[in-house]
Amino acid sequence: MNLLTVNNLNVSFRIKGIELAALIDVSFTLNRGERIAIVGESGAGKSILGLSIVNLLDKPGYIKSGSVKLENKELSKMNTRQLQEIRGKRIAMIFQDPMMTLNPVLTIGAQLVEAIRSHTRISFKDARNIAIEKLHSVQIASPERRFDQYPHELSGGMRQRVIIASVLLLNPDIIIADEPTTALDVTIQAEIIQLLLDVCHDNSMALILISHDLGVVSRVAERTLVMYAGRIVEEAPTLELINDPQHPYTQGLLNALPQMSLPGQRLNQIRGNMPALNDRPSGCAFHPRCPYATQKCRTEQPNFIYNGISSVSCFLVEDMLEEEKSEEDIDLLDIEYTTSHDEGQA
Amino acid sequence: MLAFLFRRLIQAFFVMLTISVISFAIQGKLGDPVQQMVGMTVSPAERAHLRQELGLNDSFAVQYWHFLKNAAHGNFGISYYYKKPVLDLIFERMPATLELAFCAIILVAIFATPFGIYAAIRPRSLLSRLIMAFSTLGLSVPIFIVGIFLVYVFSIQLHMAPSFGRGHTVDVFGIWKSGLFTKSGLHHLMLPSITLAFALMPIFIRLIRSEMMEVLHSEYIRFAWSKGLSTNRIYFIHALKNTMLPVITVGGIQAGTLIAYTILTETIFQWPGMGFLFIDAVSRVDTPLISAYLMVVGGIFVTTNTVVDLIYGLVNPTVKLENHGL
Repeated sequence: MNLLTVNNLNVSFRIKGIELAALIDVSFTLNRGERIAIVGESGAGKSILGLSIVNLLDKPGYIKSGSVKLENKELSKMNTRQLQEIRGKRIAMIFQDPMMTLNPVLTIGAQLVEAIRSHTRISFKDARNIAIEKLHSVQIASPERRFDQYPHELSGGMRQRVIIASVLLLNPDIIIADEPTTALDVTIQAEIIQLLLDVCHDNSMALILISHDLGVVSRVAERTLVMYAGRIVEEAPTLELINDPQHPYTQGLLNALPQMSLPGQRLNQIRGNMPALNDRPSGCAFHPRCPYATQKCRTEQPNFIYNGISSVSCFLVEDMLEEEKSEEDIDLLDIEYTTSHDEGQA
Repeated sequence: MLAFLFRRLIQAFFVMLTISVISFAIQGKLGDPVQQMVGMTVSPAERAHLRQELGLNDSFAVQYWHFLKNAAHGNFGISYYYKKPVLDLIFERMPATLELAFCAIILVAIFATPFGIYAAIRPRSLLSRLIMAFSTLGLSVPIFIVGIFLVYVFSIQLHMAPSFGRGHTVDVFGIWKSGLFTKSGLHHLMLPSITLAFALMPIFIRLIRSEMMEVLHSEYIRFAWSKGLSTNRIYFIHALKNTMLPVITVGGIQAGTLIAYTILTETIFQWPGMGFLFIDAVSRVDTPLISAYLMVVGGIFVTTNTVVDLIYGLVNPTVKLENHGL
């Protein structure tokens, strides 16, 4: 059984009676110990997806339909009390800015111990020992001293280590890391990513890494989902995604990497901006920025099609597949699952 | 800590010096004290003699120097009306004012904190809307209307509480006349302290609400939720402590204001405190008493603010008093 199954998840914000869709028909699975990445520009819905897994959406946002299953438990229908059992214990989260994530008026120790004690009946002393051991495991020097310090006494990288330690306290099955290194400087970034990889590996935890840094993603994730305007547009093993991107958006993202341009040349970029929630184009949301857009792209939403290696939601790829199929006259085309927003799951 | 206190003391000295200039300067501007002291029958020669004796003919600088020299010895002059040292008069009345302010602060703390928190956690509920409506009302209705209204309803119509005076008081350590330990004293405190609390309550409800709402949207609260902590722990440990930091600062300033401006409440309820004494002094142009009152109130402000800064330093771990002297 999959550890986590997200199926046709729709998340909306209802602001003054107007519904704005933030996630549309998002489906993916995660296996035990697997590391996946979710990439995309700002506003694609990456963070919203991370938050909606444990239903941490802020007020106007809500899960409109679809399901989030942890093994066989349906998370999207749980009440706060039930979710509190899951949060931290089975699914833990790491957020972007370690300077903002720890409570400034509580000691590091207090914030670690409370996480343990709110899930297990255990004495303060035992909880303290676990906390210090975990601080040690994320390579924090003299953890006993750090235990009694306040967050402002630690550097940014140090705080992110503390946060990773706090996530490890209860040995969760899944860690959701939302841009865990964006707020850190580059040298620290590499250390934190390595640490994250190590802890996931050592404790066989699954990781959902939310990032816009394809360099980081290629180091960490086995599989990558590309999001655009609230939908997943491509899903592939990371290596294949980087070597042979199928969706024009993914190609654009990879072309935009500085390594893809020659020194002195202008950097490649995808023209235009990600559409706002209230201004989603018809058909394929990417068509206004897509160099290959056709009339069909402007009116119809492409299906999510599996081509044997990756799944892509683009007419270009769909047409190519169909050509191949008719040319070779083979009926072996194996469509694992097709999700479109008209048909639901086939 | 000691360095902080020392710096604060120097600071306080200059603040008090400034207040002394202001409070002394108004002495010459409030009309002729001799006129107030003596009757119509006193001859101009006698008046001139009295003026000379009171030192009213000296230059401003000389008069101020005398004032300062005496003030340093704790002598702020003799009240023209009561013919007693003004400081004694003020200290005699101070317990009444402090007790009134204390009760009002307790009432504010007891009611504003839960109301503010509730309004922040459930901003859309009916009770929250009622609380906010009440606080708007409280902000816009002047304190003397509230006082008079309470007197009308609870004293005159319902006979539930007395409308004036302190009731029975007991001596504590021989220097402090307290109304907190007798039934009648507490009974008399009821309406004045409610009136005074009413003036402060809306500000605190709104402050606590808006601070709490801001804190609840912060990243560390989201992280706390993601750890699976209980709702109560997030509201009352993670959010409340951060909410209270600015509230302490504002609260300290307000507490000083409260003690100083009990004047209206004391006037309505004929409360024998410093404020009531001050109003009398103003109407009698009792200038030494007015000056001394201003100095004492200035002193109270400086003290409460220093105490608040000390408390803030203890509550907020990111503040080190050593580095934040001024």
